[in-house]
Amino acid sequence: MIKTDIIIIGAGPTGLFAVFEAGLLKLKCHLIDALPQPGGQCSEIYPKKPIYDIPGFPEVLAGDLVKNLMEQIKPFDPGFTLGERAETLEKLNDGSFIVTTSRGTKHHAPIVVIAGGLGSFEPRKPPIPVIGEYEDKGVEYIIRDPEVYRDKRVVIAGGGDSALDWSIFLADVASEVSLVHRRKDFRGALDSVEKVEELSKIGKINLITEAEVVDLKGEGNLDSVVIRHKGQASDEEVKVTDHFIPLFGLSPKLGPIGDWGLEIEKNAIKVDNTYDYQTNIPGVYAIGDVNTYPGKLKLILCGFHEAAIMCQSAYQRIFPDKKYVMKYTTVSGVDGFDGSRKEAKREVVKSIN
Amino acid sequence: MSDIKITIIDREGEAHVVDAPTDMNMNLMEVVRSHELAPEGTIGICGGMAMCASCQCYVLSHHHLLSEKSFEEEDMLDQAFYVEDNSRLGCQIFMTKELEGLAVKLAPEST
Repeated sequence: MIKTDIIIIGAGPTGLFAVFEAGLLKLKCHLIDALPQPGGQCSEIYPKKPIYDIPGFPEVLAGDLVKNLMEQIKPFDPGFTLGERAETLEKLNDGSFIVTTSRGTKHHAPIVVIAGGLGSFEPRKPPIPVIGEYEDKGVEYIIRDPEVYRDKRVVIAGGGDSALDWSIFLADVASEVSLVHRRKDFRGALDSVEKVEELSKIGKINLITEAEVVDLKGEGNLDSVVIRHKGQASDEEVKVTDHFIPLFGLSPKLGPIGDWGLEIEKNAIKVDNTYDYQTNIPGVYAIGDVNTYPGKLKLILCGFHEAAIMCQSAYQRIFPDKKYVMKYTTVSGVDGFDGSRKEAKREVVKSIN
Repeated sequence: MSDIKITIIDREGEAHVVDAPTDMNMNLMEVVRSHELAPEGTIGICGGMAMCASCQCYVLSHHHLLSEKSFEEEDMLDQAFYVEDNSRLGCQIFMTKELEGLAVKLAPEST
């Protein structure tokens, strides 16, 4: 069991900055994120896009902002559980919480902060009505163990890097690989596109373009897919296969958090914004894009503000008898948990005084 | 203030004639959001960077007046579902005077 002061669900900019604000109050944090790396949308969706409204940064790439935040919180030595989705929230008799992830990792703390942005990123599922019936019975959205596909027939759908890369990889593992894509052009890395073309020419990949998988068949387990060719509604091809792997990227979903008994409004968690961004469950806070309240603005800078306010409230909840006086880092400096200390030079402090 | 009138058919099939300002560099996705024609969290998820296709719409008029699809838009539509020949990303359609009378239909929400 991982024990900490604050469990933060979501390692996007808001969650990361909350570690800093908590650290100033000597509170330890542990972050949980479904993605394999910190940074949330900034790292996953637009790392190379510039952001122009972070105070003090006329322009900063989303990826660099995350890098800087990671550097800023380093002295506070946060723990990370990455690549695992926060699945359940259990409240104990003493008012503390246990958050368990999709892989069964348990985290215990008196405070839980949801900084989940738009939610956890989950595979985008093609609109095939029966697809749910075949999940884990031949339909997989993520390849966890390529050996599962050894000597099997596999149909992959998609036109991006994942579809291309896995088609190439499985060409040497599976007995048959078909790649179905809506267009003739592929949007992946040029090397990968060329490799797929090459493997197609020698019969290692069955390339089916300008086509979509529109139906799935099988008694219990998947045994075939129905492929519709573009502009030929009646021209459907039934392809016998053991596995269908649609690879269409990720889409954010509120996920299991939506079932934790939190008050939800318009796909966001309702909080008490007049005070501290606490949810209807005392001890559980929601900050950043995942929350809603009258006047809410979904901006990174607002998430930072909410993180600071939330930490003051969390501190009072953990230490109800202690009085904390808010200090400026310019005056108090920053004491890391690793023994590091940052402070302004004495003469600078003196001259300010 | 210079508004144009455009028609947006929501995901339930209801047509809404709305005012869209042309002096705010506003795109169609933002117009849909400002008039609350789709539930929050179901449209404009990426904020308008042509990275999620949640604002996909079918353009029913004025095709010839729309800007060409960018590489990013083509890419995103390539990954999206329910794509038709007249599909565009709402976030890539910016409101200009020429689009007075534009009619679009929101594509179904994809899971």
